[in-house]
Amino acid sequence: MRKPPIRWHILVFLAPAVLVYTAIMIIPLFNTLRLALFDEVDRTRVFVGLDNFRTLFGDPLWSDAFLNALGNNFWFFLIHMLVQNPIGILLAAILSHPRLRFAALYRTAIFVPTILSFVIVGFAWKLILSPIWGIAPGMMDAVGLDDYFLPWLGLEGTALTTLALISVWQFVGIPMMLIYAALLSIPEEILEAGECDGITGAAAFWKIKLPLILPSIGIISILTFVGNFNAFDLIYAAQGALAGPDFSTDILGTFMYRTFFGFQLQLGDPHMGSAIASAMFAIILIGVCIYLFGIQTRMRRYQF
Amino acid sequence: MNKARRNPANIIAAHSILILYTVIALFPVFVILINSFKTRRAIFREPLALPDAESFSTVGYETVFNQGDFFGYFQNSMIVTVASLFFILLFGAMAAFALSEYRFKGNTLMGLYLALGIMIPIRIGTVAILEMMVNTGLVNTLWALILVYTAQGLPLAVFILSEFMRQVSDDLKNAGRIDGLSEYTIFFRLVLPLVRPAMATVAVFNMIPIWNDLWFPLILAPAEATKTLTLGSQVFIGQFVTDWNAVLSALGMAIFPVMVLYVIFSRQLIRGITSGAVK
Repeated sequence: MRKPPIRWHILVFLAPAVLVYTAIMIIPLFNTLRLALFDEVDRTRVFVGLDNFRTLFGDPLWSDAFLNALGNNFWFFLIHMLVQNPIGILLAAILSHPRLRFAALYRTAIFVPTILSFVIVGFAWKLILSPIWGIAPGMMDAVGLDDYFLPWLGLEGTALTTLALISVWQFVGIPMMLIYAALLSIPEEILEAGECDGITGAAAFWKIKLPLILPSIGIISILTFVGNFNAFDLIYAAQGALAGPDFSTDILGTFMYRTFFGFQLQLGDPHMGSAIASAMFAIILIGVCIYLFGIQTRMRRYQF
Repeated sequence: MNKARRNPANIIAAHSILILYTVIALFPVFVILINSFKTRRAIFREPLALPDAESFSTVGYETVFNQGDFFGYFQNSMIVTVASLFFILLFGAMAAFALSEYRFKGNTLMGLYLALGIMIPIRIGTVAILEMMVNTGLVNTLWALILVYTAQGLPLAVFILSEFMRQVSDDLKNAGRIDGLSEYTIFFRLVLPLVRPAMATVAVFNMIPIWNDLWFPLILAPAEATKTLTLGSQVFIGQFVTDWNAVLSALGMAIFPVMVLYVIFSRQLIRGITSGAVK
């Protein structure tokens, strides 16, 4: 038997994707991690080891801002997990009901916010919640709740939660669709077997369907986590790069943007920006690893 | 079928929850669109009323057309989105074919390497990407955006497409080989047409995030000539923040094209998501 010739076509098929992906994604990723170890002294780039991280975590000027952004980011994520995903599951559970009329119509309509850009979403809600225009206060007045109206986006205590809820409003379609797909793939025989044992309605949901869609809930959780920890656009569109009021809506994405790109009078600092990016990378990596090794492998999957 | 599933009270409850949420989902879009066609007075007086003969006005849209180059922005967004989708699909399908069709050393490893990018957002590398684009002179060109979005879209495209390509029958490809077709012909003429639905799914998945992205246009291509529609409307609204007619019309201008695309592709998108392509 002779040795097979080099199969060039495999190389040709792989090369473009691997080259673009490596050049634009992988190399810059590692370059950013590397840049975090440098600093600019007298206009030359010098290696400073972990100094940037010492500044980021040790210097109160930086660490306060970092911890503020990190804490806000966790709160942002928590709101998504507690509001977006349960609402998504509820809507999917209702939609997956057999013989529900207009299901396709509801599905299409509820998904509309997800396709809008952050700029539209941010400004639209800013206008609606604005005390100047008066749509939100007017509507609350109509149901007798006008005393409870506050300029939510302008108050330090409520701005972040309001933005998180706006983001939930925008993205609820994604968990809804994924859970909906998972629910549809549950075979009818399993549900009928449950019915024979007297498990119907809500009990069927909690005892049969929910355990079966747990893997999908896991995927949604990790997608939400990764999405939230590199979020930027909505905060920037609604509150600007300063993430006001008084940095109360600052998350890691806006913090990194301000640091490396600069804003108003502050000059951009690519090296501190890289240090923040490295911290974000570490956080996302930890989250993904917890999911892959801690959650996904322990979850029981059922083959139908 | 049991009683619980047919209970009219349950059905009414289900519909009321869905209607309530549909209203919540559509209300802001509705309010923006109707007010973008009203006079300034009417916007503030009766924000929830539909525009009528007296309050109808297109003054906001006139400002938008005179002050902002929305056609240029739209064209930029179009070029970036279509070109990125083209490269994602072409390169992604080629790589997916290589990974699913041939056995070679490092196949699994290559698959894992390409899959890394599904979970790690490309934004983390922005500092180095900007530096690279500055060094290569690609800053403020649409190519910078196209390259970044292609790299961003490839991992998931390869993953989804190779799943589908594994299902293409081997007999068909081998029949082609016996007839003397080259591997390239087999890919372009036999396999690609068969995975067209999967390609459409990948396209629709990538279309929305590329069209709506604000981060990379802001950092890599903020010049007036290369602004995308998303960045263009962001900057326009920032400048005209006190001109409510202009702001509302700019939002309306940004909503229309997306809604048109959504109406065309919604079935494909929803089928793509529900067919479990992301599992």
